[in-house]
Amino acid sequence: MSPALTTEKDDRASTAAAGSAGAAGSVSIAHVHKAFGRPGAAQPVLEDINLQVRPGEFVCILGASGCGKSTLLNLIADLDKPTSGAIEVPGGRPALMFQEHALFPWLTAGKNIELALRLRGVPRADRRPRAERLLELVRLGGAYGKRVHELSGGMRQRVALARALAQDSSVLLMDEPFAALDAITRDVLHEELTRIWSETGVSVLFVTHNVREAVRLAERVVLLSSRPGRVVRDWSVDIPQPRRIEDAAVADLSVEITEELRGEIRRHGQQ
Amino acid sequence: MASSKTTRGAAVEEADGGKRPTEKSTAKSAGKAGPGQDLAGLEAGLDALDAVQTKRVSAAEVLVQKVLPPIVAVAFVLALWKVLVVAKVTPDYKLPDPGLVWDSLRQLWLQGELLDIIWTSVSRGLFGFLIALAIATPLGLVVARVKFIRAGLGPILSGLQSLPSVAWVPPAVIWLGLNDQMMYTVILLGAVPSIANGLVAGIDQVPPLFLRAGRTLGARGLVSARHILLPAALPGYVAGLKQGWAFSWRSLMAAEIIAKSPDLGLGLGQYLENQRNNSDMAGVLLGILLILVVGIAIELLIFAPIERRVLRSRGLLASAR
Repeated sequence: MSPALTTEKDDRASTAAAGSAGAAGSVSIAHVHKAFGRPGAAQPVLEDINLQVRPGEFVCILGASGCGKSTLLNLIADLDKPTSGAIEVPGGRPALMFQEHALFPWLTAGKNIELALRLRGVPRADRRPRAERLLELVRLGGAYGKRVHELSGGMRQRVALARALAQDSSVLLMDEPFAALDAITRDVLHEELTRIWSETGVSVLFVTHNVREAVRLAERVVLLSSRPGRVVRDWSVDIPQPRRIEDAAVADLSVEITEELRGEIRRHGQQ
Repeated sequence: MASSKTTRGAAVEEADGGKRPTEKSTAKSAGKAGPGQDLAGLEAGLDALDAVQTKRVSAAEVLVQKVLPPIVAVAFVLALWKVLVVAKVTPDYKLPDPGLVWDSLRQLWLQGELLDIIWTSVSRGLFGFLIALAIATPLGLVVARVKFIRAGLGPILSGLQSLPSVAWVPPAVIWLGLNDQMMYTVILLGAVPSIANGLVAGIDQVPPLFLRAGRTLGARGLVSARHILLPAALPGYVAGLKQGWAFSWRSLMAAEIIAKSPDLGLGLGQYLENQRNNSDMAGVLLGILLILVVGIAIELLIFAPIERRVLRSRGLLASAR
């Protein structure tokens, strides 16, 4: 996408794996359109998306089904190309975390992280200590030799987070990463993510359909419309961290955003 | 069972540790610190018990569940055989006494030929299998990943798999004459499609999510094939290898039985055919039993442990839980 993707990568490789990712510039999404299908009969999925994510900012992208949230992340992650418009991601390939942990079952937790380091060009001798540090960052210090099937759902997502952080990218994309977890585990992981985000200074672009989760986590919540996805509104969340999902302020803003989201959904019923 | 308890313990501990001591939660987490540590201890204890238990159980279980049934089955077949012989259901030249087969075996052993005969066939079979492996692996990879080649070769590979490899013996003899090359050709024609198809099936079953995850980590092309695609396809590949060995062995026996020449060393297939020529039914049965036993032994000694290891490391084996 941008030349920065390749040039800055090597500089960043020398920085420590944990707690180092803050320095690079903003993610910039300008006039991005995405349509699927043949030209002429193409279905627009995203329409004129404009979004800036400051370095170290935590942005939640919120929307109902069909708003193209995942498509947008795929575009930013360079897994797909926009039909038109420009996306700039400074500081190397963005890390991407999925709803499924996507850990490789033939590797241990530690080796999963080491593979990410290896693919990034980290020398062999550095990989193990870095992997162990990353596991400690997600509070799984003893899990280095554990197989994926020996870990619980929440632990798997934490290893997946550690693996994403191993890419040492300044941008972390998260595609509903906690949607498949039970409420208690999700709550714990919200706390973990907030802590790790503030410790590492990484920019987070977090996609969810859960309004409360968005308000609980983000500094900014961006609401997308559905079919095609367009930016409808943008809220700053000024509630100080640490927040809890059951805080009154979180609930109040959630109600407001939910109203707007429902309005968007209703529009589709009337058409 | 134990592992689910373990992880829960860790999660609770997490909940306490993750809390900032700034809020009102301080009191709560202080109250919970005890149980949190308890659970950590519980976790360690359960892990230790788990590890010991699986070993202890498997030692006893293997004997009762894995070793005993085949022994009983073999004993039953031998007993039935003996009964049929004693009842004189058929003449002796059709169904000799099991004891005579045993005598043939002993004789072969005392002549010092038994191991030579087995080794001739096994070395041919394994060497042929290794060549098949070296050819079939890149072939399967290309067929699985390149659409055009798949459309062209895929159906042919599947078709070849259902073609009995005995059918290749006559043309192989005409092409190459009566020699080891002919044997290896027949083995390859039997085993390569089988291994390649196994790899194709294994690759087809790789969840696309792994490939996407690999791409976001920066794995493309050959790097992705090496670090993501091949390891992900390994269970299917190993199943293909197992089948490939069975095909290798079958093909070789077909070739050995049909192709006779003093230039070829004496393998199990030739031994079987020689005994038929001598009208020595005990020798024929011994030949069949040896072919069977060697085929099973190779699978049990080489392929079963590989498969078990691959599946267990991924948590795909029931007994690993």
